[in-house]
Order: sequence, then structure tokens, then C-alpha cells
Amino acid sequence: MLGAGLAAIAVGAFGGLLLAPPDYQQGDAYRIIYFHVPSAYLAMQLYALMAIGSAIGLVWRMKLAYAIAAAAAPVGLAFTGLALATGMLWGKPMWGAYWSWGDARLTSVLVMFFLYLGYMLLHASLEERSTADRAAGILAVVGVVNLPIIKFSVEWWSSLHQGPTISRLAAPAITWDMLWPLLVMIVGAALFSFAVTLTRARAEVLLRERGARWARDVVAAGA
Amino acid sequence: MSEFLAMGGYAAFVWPCAGLSFAILAGLALAARRRLRGVQRRLRQLNARPEEGAWELRA
Repeated sequence: MLGAGLAAIAVGAFGGLLLAPPDYQQGDAYRIIYFHVPSAYLAMQLYALMAIGSAIGLVWRMKLAYAIAAAAAPVGLAFTGLALATGMLWGKPMWGAYWSWGDARLTSVLVMFFLYLGYMLLHASLEERSTADRAAGILAVVGVVNLPIIKFSVEWWSSLHQGPTISRLAAPAITWDMLWPLLVMIVGAALFSFAVTLTRARAEVLLRERGARWARDVVAAGA
Repeated sequence: MSEFLAMGGYAAFVWPCAGLSFAILAGLALAARRRLRGVQRRLRQLNARPEEGAWELRA
């Protein structure tokens, strides 16, 4: 899955940086979209995964769900940071500023960044793992209200940020030459982030179940 | 080629964006692998000598 993700990202980057035509308004600067949109999309998907894992853990006391939530957090944090950084690199030439305080889209994504950070710090700071899972899990679940705020921020408030380019309900506001590398990048980023999250989850589960017979066998087998 | 690298005057924004993206992807993949290897190594040590260090395995 990691290899397939990296291959798709390589193809998407080649298509986006080299094959796709320049934009008639934004010139070549729009190519940042091929990095910005997949990272922002995955940042939100991983947040949803973290929150769903936490919710399942809170309701059904399922330890595997907590492990997946804890594994998704650092990956989501990295993608949120990347979405913010690439957005700033796009904002400077297009809007004339790296950052705009008071812009709903930018601020709500920054809030997500701090939600991830808060989850990880809270989780790491509590000695008892089950307490850490529950406390950080509640934070993750409460923070879900931020996801629709991010998604609809550009429609609810006037924002510097442009509206959605691709949508499931409407025809995409982008030509196919420009669209396909973006879709390939999104698929690649999704495969990549789930591969990385699964690797982290394996480490997390082995650590948590280290006393169990099967975990000892897996570690002894070197798998 | 130089036209490609110039990115229509936006090279200073497009290339750092691409570079940072690939750096973060590499960092994520390597960190996850290191984490799994590290956990496996610590647990192998622990299983070999169960009396020491079990309590410090919280992380």
C-alpha cells in the first residue's frame, strides 16, 4: 500500500508539475493545488478517523479503536501542517499575504492543527493509558464540530480562500487536463497515509498488548 | 527545462511547496518504520528479560 501510494504520488506530481497546462489567471502558481488539496483533504479524513476511533473506544471500550486513533494523530498533524504551509505559499503570490487572521478557512484549519496537537500532548502526558485514551478521545470527539466549519467556511463567511474546485454533486470547476493529476495525488496521499497509519497502529497494538501470548509470539517471530 | 524550473515566475513558491511535501512524506514514512522497529526491539528485550524495564514502556 505504501509503494502504491508513493507511485501514485510520483505520477500525480509529474502530471501536475509538468503535463498540466498553466492556469489562465494564476499561471503556474496554481500547481500548488496538487500538494495543497490532497494534504488538506487527508488532514480532515485522518481527523475523522481519529474521532471515530476515539468514539468507538469511548462507547464500546474497544482498545484497537483507541490504538488506531492514537496512530492517526501524528499523521494527521503532519498533513495539517503541510496544508497550512502549502496554503501560505499559495496565498503569498495570489492574495499578497502568507496569512490572514480572521479568515474563517485559515483559522478553522489552524484550530484543527491545535486539536491534533492537544490530542497528542494530552495523550502523552497522562500516565495511565486507559485514562489517556479516554481524555484525549473526548477532545477528539468534541473537536469534530470543527470539520463542517472547515468545509463550509468558504461558503458561510466571506473568505480569501477560493471555493471548492471538485465536488461530488456538481461538475468540477476545472478541466480534465488539470483534474486527473489532482485525483491521482489524492488517491496516492490516501494510500500513503493509511499505510503509515497502519504501521503506527501495529506498533501501538504490539506495545499495548505486549503481555498477551500472541503479541509475544509476533515479536519473537520478528514480524 | 529552464522554463519548467522558472514556473512562470512562481518558482519561489511552487518548488518549496513540492520540496516540503516530499520531505514530510519521507519523514512520516521513516518515522513510522522507526517506531515499529523500535517497539519490536524493546519488546524482544523485554521478553528476554521480563524483570527489567516493563514500567517504562508507557510511550
